[in-house]
Amino acid sequence: MAAPTMDRSTAAAPATPVQTLTISKALNMGLRAAMEANPKVIMMGEDIGKLGGVFRITDGLQKDFGEQRVLDTPLAESGIIGTAVGLAIRGYRPVCEIQFDGFIFPGFDQIVSQVAKLHYRTQGKIKMPIVIRVPFGGGIGAVEHHSESPESYFAHTAGLKVVSCSNPADAYWMIQQAIDCDDPVLFFEPKRRYYEKGEVDTTATPGPLFESRVLRQGTDATLVAYGPMVRTSLDAANAAAEDGTSLEVIDLRTLSPLDLAPVYESVRRTGRLVVVSEAPSESSIASEIAAKVQQECFYSLQAPVLRVTGFDTPYPPSKLEEEFLPDLDRVLHAVDRSLAW
Amino acid sequence: MSSPEQWTHPEPDAAPAATAAKPTAEQVIAGLRATDEGGADLVQLLTPEGERVQHPDFDIDITAEELRGLYRDMVLIRRVDREANALQRKGQLGIWVPLLGQEAAQIGAGRAMRQTDMAFPSYREHGIAWTRGINPTELLGIFRGTDQGTWDPVEKRFHPYTIVIGNQVLNAAGYAMGQKFDGKVGDDEGEATMCFFGDGATSQGDVHEGFVWAAVYDAPLVFFCQNNQWAISEPTERQSRLPLYQRARGYGFPGIRVDGNDVLATLAVTKWALDECRHGNGPILIEAFTYRMDAHTTSDDPTRYRLSDELEMWKLKDPIERVKVYLVRQQWADSAFFESVEADADELGEELREFCTNMPDPPAERIFSNVYAEGNPNLDAQRDEFLDYVSGFAGGEH
Repeated sequence: MAAPTMDRSTAAAPATPVQTLTISKALNMGLRAAMEANPKVIMMGEDIGKLGGVFRITDGLQKDFGEQRVLDTPLAESGIIGTAVGLAIRGYRPVCEIQFDGFIFPGFDQIVSQVAKLHYRTQGKIKMPIVIRVPFGGGIGAVEHHSESPESYFAHTAGLKVVSCSNPADAYWMIQQAIDCDDPVLFFEPKRRYYEKGEVDTTATPGPLFESRVLRQGTDATLVAYGPMVRTSLDAANAAAEDGTSLEVIDLRTLSPLDLAPVYESVRRTGRLVVVSEAPSESSIASEIAAKVQQECFYSLQAPVLRVTGFDTPYPPSKLEEEFLPDLDRVLHAVDRSLAW
Repeated sequence: MSSPEQWTHPEPDAAPAATAAKPTAEQVIAGLRATDEGGADLVQLLTPEGERVQHPDFDIDITAEELRGLYRDMVLIRRVDREANALQRKGQLGIWVPLLGQEAAQIGAGRAMRQTDMAFPSYREHGIAWTRGINPTELLGIFRGTDQGTWDPVEKRFHPYTIVIGNQVLNAAGYAMGQKFDGKVGDDEGEATMCFFGDGATSQGDVHEGFVWAAVYDAPLVFFCQNNQWAISEPTERQSRLPLYQRARGYGFPGIRVDGNDVLATLAVTKWALDECRHGNGPILIEAFTYRMDAHTTSDDPTRYRLSDELEMWKLKDPIERVKVYLVRQQWADSAFFESVEADADELGEELREFCTNMPDPPAERIFSNVYAEGNPNLDAQRDEFLDYVSGFAGGEH
């Protein structure tokens, strides 16, 4: 099945091409544009219809596209993913919403055993153009299972692609590109940044989905982050600049496949790398970056690659999350250690 | 229907005695016992003795030619099964999953489907594959380890074998939802989906969720549960205290228990269920009451967990013999017919052996091929590095 090409020139073009939007609104507009561009795009999830999703990311979509394209599903994550597989085989492009990161695990079996492997099993005869949207990460004072960062499980699984947006412009474009992709994409949304604002040019030509991006240039050390930690890293770079330290900040954007060419290029100049992520550090995205950078940039490194991450514990009660989550001070502390090596 | 007491195990010290008010657990689940009949609700049109019987709700008009065709299907797929089992014993297959005893359940269900219907199998559905026009040679690679199924699932309308128990039930529910969303449900030209799973799978969450989803979306889906009485070593009473077909009621759709060793009854019930679905009255659960005559797989040893008496009793209910008896009694087939079917089976067996022993191993590149539809540069680099490493051995002795 060939995916109908998305015509971005006419897709839901608003009155003014450049608008200031929240990540939440940008995602909503991106989803709307994808649904308008391709009638096979459907939304599936719990409470995403009338309610518009618990974070309102799908607000208004069921009203405009109907109950057959925006499905309020039974409350079962394996069911959401498992039926999305069947719908994808039938020619649909399902976009599944997992209400919170910690609720993805009932669907884990279907994601790992079917979504990730059907293309390989059939050697390309079946494609799985499924997007699984996951609001992830902590910092919102929530109860257990509502603040997790499970991205490494999926980056570890061959057959899946994993991305995370960090700003409204990326949110708008990346969600559309993920829906356009013929591979299954885990789309991690930084839930505590949903209401941060930024400029979105809906007439722009977006760069490729699976590319990392240098957001701030610097010379003394490199920070690499994704999702909610990009904002933290940029704030850290601002603070460091006041003390005369120049930090380069790279937004990974794609966690699988990793696009580390900009990281290697940066580390070869700065000699120092700090990877920032909310997820526990062991066997994580941050670990993978550290391994690859030491392999590719061995003679350029002036200090070991350092990781600033959540701890290797379950996500703690929320009164402790400020201590658990990497923040500006912990990032700068790691930068200081790197510079002092 | 016999009384439940008749089915109670003679283990006086093992279970609490029944009282008038409280039956033993075994009495509660009596309708499930592998060693017994399927109970009063069992739909049967051809008895194990080859007697054609009537059922108030289900019947079928079948011509001599059609019944000869069903007989031939069953004989041929049994031969495929026995040949493949033997190929495993000779080391040509890593493992085989026998269907012996389930020929009628699969041929009856498979022949009820139309070309436009879709099927989602588990991994024992060699008979369904046969009815979808898949050459049995295409099943061998899965068990030899050269591929993971080579047929085109879209063209054949036969999904790849699913090995994780129950996963395919949700996939089938989604596909059937798609048939409905596409407007392909509602009249006699409608489409339907069939999903195959076993008694063990009914304990899986995915099967439960599949029941829920298909029900709330009115999906045109026939759940076809082959209750072959054994999930490897675990009897059906480890999965349910209720006869499996009765579960459907709790989800809000019909459940029917059919004699899975009766190809006519299976065909009749499945045709009815598919027609209901294509008209928009789905989903429907069919429990095909049958028996796994051989091991779970060639790696299994059923003598560790079940009695040979049970096997001997089920041999009397053989799905093929009863059709042969009926064909002869009706004078619908002569010895020339039966000889020609045997000759066809011999030829098919020879083709399988020939094909299997000549199957080449896949090239090393196959490890990396088609992991992604749109590629992955990191994986490409890993592949190139590995192939470069492998090429270092080219022509060398090692």
